[in-house]
Amino acid sequence: MKKNHSIGEKKTARIFLLWIPLILFLLFLLFPFYWTFVTSIKPAEELHSLKVIYWPQHPTLDSYKHLFNQFNFLHPMKNSLIVAAITTLVSLTVSTLAAYAFSRFRFAGRKPLMVLFLTNNMFPTVLLLIPLFTIMRKLGLLYKPTSLVLSYTTFTIPFSVWLLSGYLNDLPLSMEEAAMIDGADRAKAFVRIVLPVLLPCLLATGVYIFMQSWNEYTFAVLFTNENSRTIPVALKMLVGQLGVQWDLITAGGIITVIPVCIMFFFAQKRLVAGLTAGAVKG
Amino acid sequence: MEIHRKRRRGSGIWPYLLLAPALIIMLSVVIVPIINAISMSFQSYNLTRPKKIGFIGLDNYAKLINDSLFWKSLLRTLIWVFFGVGCQFVFGFMLALLLNKSFKGRGVVRAVSLIPWVTPGVLIALMWSWMFDGNYGVINDVLLRLHIISDKVAFLAKPASAMPSVIITIVWQGIPFFALMILAGLQGIPGDLYEAADIDGATGLKKLFYVTIPSLRNTIFVTTMLRIIWVANSVDVIFNMTEGGPAYATQTLSVYVYKKASSLDMGYASAMAIMLMLVLLVAAIPYLHNTFRDQEG
Repeated sequence: MKKNHSIGEKKTARIFLLWIPLILFLLFLLFPFYWTFVTSIKPAEELHSLKVIYWPQHPTLDSYKHLFNQFNFLHPMKNSLIVAAITTLVSLTVSTLAAYAFSRFRFAGRKPLMVLFLTNNMFPTVLLLIPLFTIMRKLGLLYKPTSLVLSYTTFTIPFSVWLLSGYLNDLPLSMEEAAMIDGADRAKAFVRIVLPVLLPCLLATGVYIFMQSWNEYTFAVLFTNENSRTIPVALKMLVGQLGVQWDLITAGGIITVIPVCIMFFFAQKRLVAGLTAGAVKG
Repeated sequence: MEIHRKRRRGSGIWPYLLLAPALIIMLSVVIVPIINAISMSFQSYNLTRPKKIGFIGLDNYAKLINDSLFWKSLLRTLIWVFFGVGCQFVFGFMLALLLNKSFKGRGVVRAVSLIPWVTPGVLIALMWSWMFDGNYGVINDVLLRLHIISDKVAFLAKPASAMPSVIITIVWQGIPFFALMILAGLQGIPGDLYEAADIDGATGLKKLFYVTIPSLRNTIFVTTMLRIIWVANSVDVIFNMTEGGPAYATQTLSVYVYKKASSLDMGYASAMAIMLMLVLLVAAIPYLHNTFRDQEG
C-alpha cells in the first residue's frame, strides 16, 4: 500500500514538475508556427473576421498559388538558393583549410590569428554594413549576388573555423601520422584519412552556414534590387505592396522555413554537439 | 615542448598557405572595411550629397554627443539587452532543466523546440506583428477571453507596450539557444556531485544553487556573452516590427545606425557604429580575457 502511494505521488510530481511546464513551453515556442500556417490557409473573409478563427472553416491554398503566380516567389527562392549555396561552398572550403592549420600545426602567430577569428563577432553588423555598402558600390558589385556572398563570409568564415577546429581537435592524430609514416605526404593523408572522417561535421557546418545565408535580412535588403532580391527581402516586400497581405506573408513564411527545418533536423545532433563543445569545456 | 618545436620547424610554410585564403577574405571583408568605417566617421560622407564628401575631423562625434536621440537609443539598447537576454537566460535555463529529465519523445521535443532559433529574423518579426495586431491579432483575442484586458490593445502602436512586445519576440527567438547550451552543460555534470548532495540531505532547490549553477559557470558566462553581443547587434526583428517607433520607443542604437545608413548618411552612421562597438568591447572585456586565456599554447 505504502509503495503504491509513493508511486502515485511521484506521478503527480512528474505531471506538475515536468509535463505541465513542458507543454507550456512547447505551446509558447510552437504556437506562432501553428498560427502562421493557419493564417496561410484561411480564405480572406475568415482572415479579417472580427471573431478570431482558430481553425479555418474553408481552408484554401489560394495564397500559395497567388504567391507563385502573381508574385513570382520562385525568383527570390532561386536567388536565395544561389547565394546560400555559394556562400556555403566558399566558407566551407577556406574554413576547413584554416581549421586544419590551427588544429594540426604550431606556428608563429597562431594565437593572435586564432583570437582574430574568435573575436570577429564583436564587430557590429551595422559597422561592417556601412563600408561594405560603399565598397561594393565602388566595385560595381552592388545588387549582384557576389556582394551578399562576400558580406556573409564576414560571419560564416570565423564561425566555421571555430566549429571545424573543435571537430578536428577531437580527431586523434595517430591515424594521419600512421599514414604519413607509410609514406603518404600531408596532403594525401588529409584527403584520404581526415576528410572522410570529417565529412559528417562538414555537412553539419555547411547546414549552419546555409541556414544563416538563407535567413539573412540586414545586408540583403541594402545589397539587392528587384532582380536579385532574396527570400527575406521578398517576404518584407509583401508588406508594402497592397497593404499588409497576411495570408501571402504567412504562406511565404511557411515556404521559407520548411527547407531550413528539414536540413536542420538532419544535421541537428552533430551541429549541437559541435556548438556546445566549446562553451561547455572547463 | 620538444614535440612542439619539432612540429613548428617541420611545418614550415604549410600552415600559412592553408590559412591564406581565409585570411585574405577576412582582411578584405572585415579589416579593410573597418578601417574604412573609421575613416568615414571623420568625414562628411553622405551619398545623397556626393559633392560635399570630405574630411571634417571630429564633427560627427561632436554631433553625436549633442544628439539626444543617440543617448536615448543607447539607453534603449541597454533595456533591450538587459530584459531580452535576462529572460532568455531564465526561461532557457528552465527549459534545459526540463529537457534534462528522461521522458518519452525527448529527442523529438528537443529538436522541435529549437525551431525558433533557425527561423529567419524577418519572418519572426512578421509572425509576431501579426499576432500582436490590434484588430485581428490572436494575442488580443486570447487576452480578451481570459479577461486580462477589456479592450483590444494596439501593442506595437503604443510606446508603452511596443518595447515589451519586441522584447517578448526576441526572448522567444533566444530561448532555444540558451536551452541547448545549458542542456549540454547539464549533461556534463558528474552524477556523483548530486549523490554527495543527496547524502548531505540537500533538497531540489539547494542542489540547483549549490551544485548545478556553480558547475555551469563557464557555460552560462560564454553563452550570455555571445547572446549579449548578438542581441545588441540585431536589427531585423525590431526594424521589421516597428522600425524603431512609435515615437522612437523601440529604437536601439543598432536600429538607429541602420536607419542612418539606409538614408545614406554614412559618415554619421559610421561614427555611431564605432561608439556601439566600443560599448560592446567594454561590456565584453571579461569575455575577451577568457578567449585570450583559452588560446594559450
